[in-house]
Amino acid sequence: MPAIGFGTPGAGGTAASVDADITLTVDGEQQRLTVDTRTTLLDTLRERLGNASPKKGCDHGQCGACTVLLDGDRALSCLALAVAHDGAEITTADGLAAGGELHPVQQAFLDRDAFQCGYCTPGQICSAVGVLDEVRRGWPSHASEDLTADPELTHDEVAERMSGNLCRCGAYANIVPAVQQAGGMA
Amino acid sequence: MTELLEPRAIGRDTVRRDGEAKVRGTATYAIETPVEHPAYAHPVQATVARGRITAIDTSAAEALDGVLVVLTHENAERLASTDDREFAVLQGDEVAFRGQLVGVVVAETSELARQAADAVRVTYAEQPHDSELRVDHPDLYAPEQVNAGHPTDTAEGDVAAAVATAAVTVEETYSTAMYFNNPLEPHATTALWDPATDVPLTLWDSTQGVHPARAAVCEVFGLEEERVRVVCPFVGGGFGSKGTPHANLMLVTMAARALPGRPVKLALTRQQMFALSAYRTPTIQKIQLAADRTGRLQALALDVVEQTSRIKEFAEQTAAPARMMYASPNRRTTHRLAALDVPVPSWMRAPGECPGMFGPEVAMDELAERLGVDPVELRIRNEPEVDPETGKPWSSRNLVHCLREGAERFGWAERPPAGHREGAWLVGTGVASSVYPTMRQAKSTATIRFEDGRYVAEIGAADLGTGAWTVLPQITADALDVDLDDVEVRIGDTRYPVASVAGGSSGTNTWGSALVVAATEFRSKFGGSPADGDEVSGDVDQASKDEDHSAYAFGAQFAEVRVNVATGELRVPRLYGVFGAGRIVNPRTARSQLIGGMTMGLSMALHENGVWDPRIGQAATHDLAEYHVTVNADVGDIQAHWLDEHDPYVNAMGSKGIGEIGITGTAAAVVNAVHRATGVRVRDLPVTLDKVLAALP
Amino acid sequence: MKPFAFARPADVAEAVRTVAAEPDAVFLGGGTNLVDLLKLGVARPDRVVDVRRLTSREITDTADGGLRIGAAVTNSELAADRRVRERYPVLAQALLAGATGQLRNLATVGGNPLQRTRCVYFTDVSTPCNKREPGTGCSAVGGYTRYHAVLGVDAALPDASAPKTCIATHPSDMAVALAVLDAQVQVLGPGGARTMPFGELHRLPGDDPTRDTVLEHGELITAVDLPPLPAGARSAYRKVRDRASYAFALVSVAAVVADGEVRLALGGVAHKPWRATRAEEVLAGGPVTEHAVRHAMDVELTAAQPQPGIDGGNGFKIPLVTRTVVATVRDLTSEVPA
Repeated sequence: MPAIGFGTPGAGGTAASVDADITLTVDGEQQRLTVDTRTTLLDTLRERLGNASPKKGCDHGQCGACTVLLDGDRALSCLALAVAHDGAEITTADGLAAGGELHPVQQAFLDRDAFQCGYCTPGQICSAVGVLDEVRRGWPSHASEDLTADPELTHDEVAERMSGNLCRCGAYANIVPAVQQAGGMA
Repeated sequence: MTELLEPRAIGRDTVRRDGEAKVRGTATYAIETPVEHPAYAHPVQATVARGRITAIDTSAAEALDGVLVVLTHENAERLASTDDREFAVLQGDEVAFRGQLVGVVVAETSELARQAADAVRVTYAEQPHDSELRVDHPDLYAPEQVNAGHPTDTAEGDVAAAVATAAVTVEETYSTAMYFNNPLEPHATTALWDPATDVPLTLWDSTQGVHPARAAVCEVFGLEEERVRVVCPFVGGGFGSKGTPHANLMLVTMAARALPGRPVKLALTRQQMFALSAYRTPTIQKIQLAADRTGRLQALALDVVEQTSRIKEFAEQTAAPARMMYASPNRRTTHRLAALDVPVPSWMRAPGECPGMFGPEVAMDELAERLGVDPVELRIRNEPEVDPETGKPWSSRNLVHCLREGAERFGWAERPPAGHREGAWLVGTGVASSVYPTMRQAKSTATIRFEDGRYVAEIGAADLGTGAWTVLPQITADALDVDLDDVEVRIGDTRYPVASVAGGSSGTNTWGSALVVAATEFRSKFGGSPADGDEVSGDVDQASKDEDHSAYAFGAQFAEVRVNVATGELRVPRLYGVFGAGRIVNPRTARSQLIGGMTMGLSMALHENGVWDPRIGQAATHDLAEYHVTVNADVGDIQAHWLDEHDPYVNAMGSKGIGEIGITGTAAAVVNAVHRATGVRVRDLPVTLDKVLAALP
Repeated sequence: MKPFAFARPADVAEAVRTVAAEPDAVFLGGGTNLVDLLKLGVARPDRVVDVRRLTSREITDTADGGLRIGAAVTNSELAADRRVRERYPVLAQALLAGATGQLRNLATVGGNPLQRTRCVYFTDVSTPCNKREPGTGCSAVGGYTRYHAVLGVDAALPDASAPKTCIATHPSDMAVALAVLDAQVQVLGPGGARTMPFGELHRLPGDDPTRDTVLEHGELITAVDLPPLPAGARSAYRKVRDRASYAFALVSVAAVVADGEVRLALGGVAHKPWRATRAEEVLAGGPVTEHAVRHAMDVELTAAQPQPGIDGGNGFKIPLVTRTVVATVRDLTSEVPA
């Protein structure tokens, strides 16, 4: 892997900012841009690329509203520096509906009224897509009674796996069946 | 009495009209408003709890490339009105609470704005502060009135005499914690000041009411309402914290006015919200109950101690529900406040009823236990025939029905005995009542226009996730007697007619009433075949309003709690609520609101705790890692049901508010269940494992 | 947030040289804690050196029957690994009890043990903190101590105004499991590679609360080795917290029970993952009865110091940790392994 560097040693102390050139693929579209080394993926999406689908709820990894699919896995975009993810492929909730048709998880959230204010919703949906993939891969969770067994989409499994996404409106009781529905379990 | 609308769209399970945009994330919230070349603002906050700013050095911030404006009290514009001291930002050197706004930086990027804000050096002459609420605080005072115009104190009969002679009494003190609303969308605004235009100020703000927000800004800045537009199509939750503007809106307006023509974006950080957005005062509730052997209350007293800020009074009406909930010949309620060096308390979901249905509903459980009477039965025995506070008959009151149906659904009669153990868990069940007044606000107007073959209604209402985008068209369709698909309702903009705040569970009642008046007027004026462009308006003042009845929604909540015998960890596998809330306009969004309220009540019972650090004058728990709100795994089988309640007195829809009742009583039901499981009576919220540990086997 | 230069060197050796050459350079792994601290102004590096794509992302079998875990393996990948789930359930359980799915997908094995305390005063630059700003005092003493230490606190302390007082806890769940598993840490530094027992990685605040570990500036964790557990050994991780998920531990217990041996490590009680060696010694060779475990924990906790404070202090941790250990060991000894 070739070395890269932005900024000279010690320059960080006095410069107003250090810029870096990166490339991201966001919802299928390649984007080349220059970002401040401090800029998170979340702020890159929201403030630079005009994609406000991932939300800023806490900016510190404490709420899950900024969840996107980062190279296929669900991840918090508020704790990822854009410069450290040069070349990454990012899918937001908006990108899940590319082509105009809702993703089955989005349809399930609509069907089950699994949201109210909608602010945590894109993060919940990206997280749910990640959860279904993790369950397909056989990943266990804190709720798995038998660590070595293949998990199923029980209430407790879904609720634990979705616990990284706070919903202040209290839609959890609808989110779990929505994820189960999208996973073909309800 | 009101003639109720024939329900066709009303009562039908209707998918949210804004749902697709929300699941895609394309619904635009305030800070996301697409604008040309925005600048970013970041506040500077005081780091002392009380004192004066002796020096403020902005040179390092201003020296950074890309910093556009640095405002402090030394160079900020003078406001037209500083009567509301919460809004009087950057007007002087006084610091009244830690976290108060003392400056703002605007820069080309959000990273720069934050960096520059960090570089502002403020020096203080610190003064001793007092930020700790105590039941015996020496400066407690009686406010002139408490929120919603309720009297501060009430008294009837002789409580002391009744307590002295009663067969059974409960005299205990209860407390609720400091709660922070914490909507997931931070308080945020995109502001544009463009003096060359007719409407120079545009605020895309996250607010529960565009018109009230505009009124506040106009007052503070001395602007005419025609020159200000506030826009808010979507609100990422508010729960009261966006029911009135806070200082951040004045700060961003000031920042925008310092940068004419340039849109300025300001979102509070989560941490900043703990000092600047809203919170519910902690309450201390001294309760006296006295009953005869059969459980009939002879006396009921609630003396509340709570806090407000030194710069602005906010008096939570905590004792309000104790005045009307149960029959008792002798009763007393009081509110006393301590004005402290703390952030300004404000609205939070079910102000008054939420904390006020904690102490009394736990005390009722204690009374039931001491009497050996079933707690459901005890409540039924104290059912008042008329409103004990006003003497008026109820518009409808189905608490007993809710208790009985809830008991049936929950399996209350077959509940396990106290201290029941299943494996590693102690199991307990508990009940409490819920209540919330049915309110209509004074001011709202709607227009209806026939446009391209459809009916377009406009009203400056707000949808906080409550479902207004969906429910208002249902009401309008029935009022016009047309298909739901033929109606479009536009909300969230001061360009539409004036609307009241989305608060007090009054939105559907108020805006719906205005829409019904407008629809009725439209039909009488234009008949069934209107021409393109035909338009009328109607307002709530024209809608008949019943003054002869007391109108409340009631409910009953049943909780099953499990307590781990080894660790004291608490789980609530079942939480059932049954509500009598009039006619339900949209069962889908209504269920979500009710379970949402119950979930927040569960959060209050077990998790939320604004731990105040009186040494430094701020909440120690001031982010979402430390201020815990309930997560998905904490919620089990949570159900909301409602009665088919017919109330002809409330409004043309027959509906009562449902946004807040769900949070009332929940924490008491959980606490009562914890007692049954463990024998421990937790009187101070939240219930955490350390409070039950000593009683475990 | 202060501006910083960013580098992703070509290999691990260059990364180590780069950081070692600058006093205010730091390594970046998954970023879940560092980015948080950058925003808070707690971490103020001049240069961030990204090693996430440089260290190994493989989990390999070792000759002794154990596993070697590359530093770039994510917490998710490690918890999902079949060998970990079957042979080291305590580790899989600890990982899965920590944070959330979308955090575990970012967090790495090399970075997780080096995360900083979540003490509310450490993370708030407007309050005094000896760990963040040496000599300013400790705001936690007499403050909000619910998540703070009861073990490893100097008996002469705590004094809030003393320049070296620190009662913070280490927040990692994984680290508690690695401590009980007798893991070894592979470290590469400017002076070359070295291996150290995981139990020696973290330190008590002592006379320098700014240092969480014994690593020197420029030293990088490149891998963690797990030795095999004794045949028939059973292990478990039990985390007790204030909500059902997505919360740091009030207390946690990592336990291994094998023939004639009980190993215990405790989380949420000290400045480092706390190996309960005194309790282990008491239990060594004897019958593992409930009474014996309770007694062993009494011995372990002899020097425990509950921290009074607002909201009731943290004295409850002392009975709670014993109860949690008893329950965890009981589960491990009463169930018949499949």
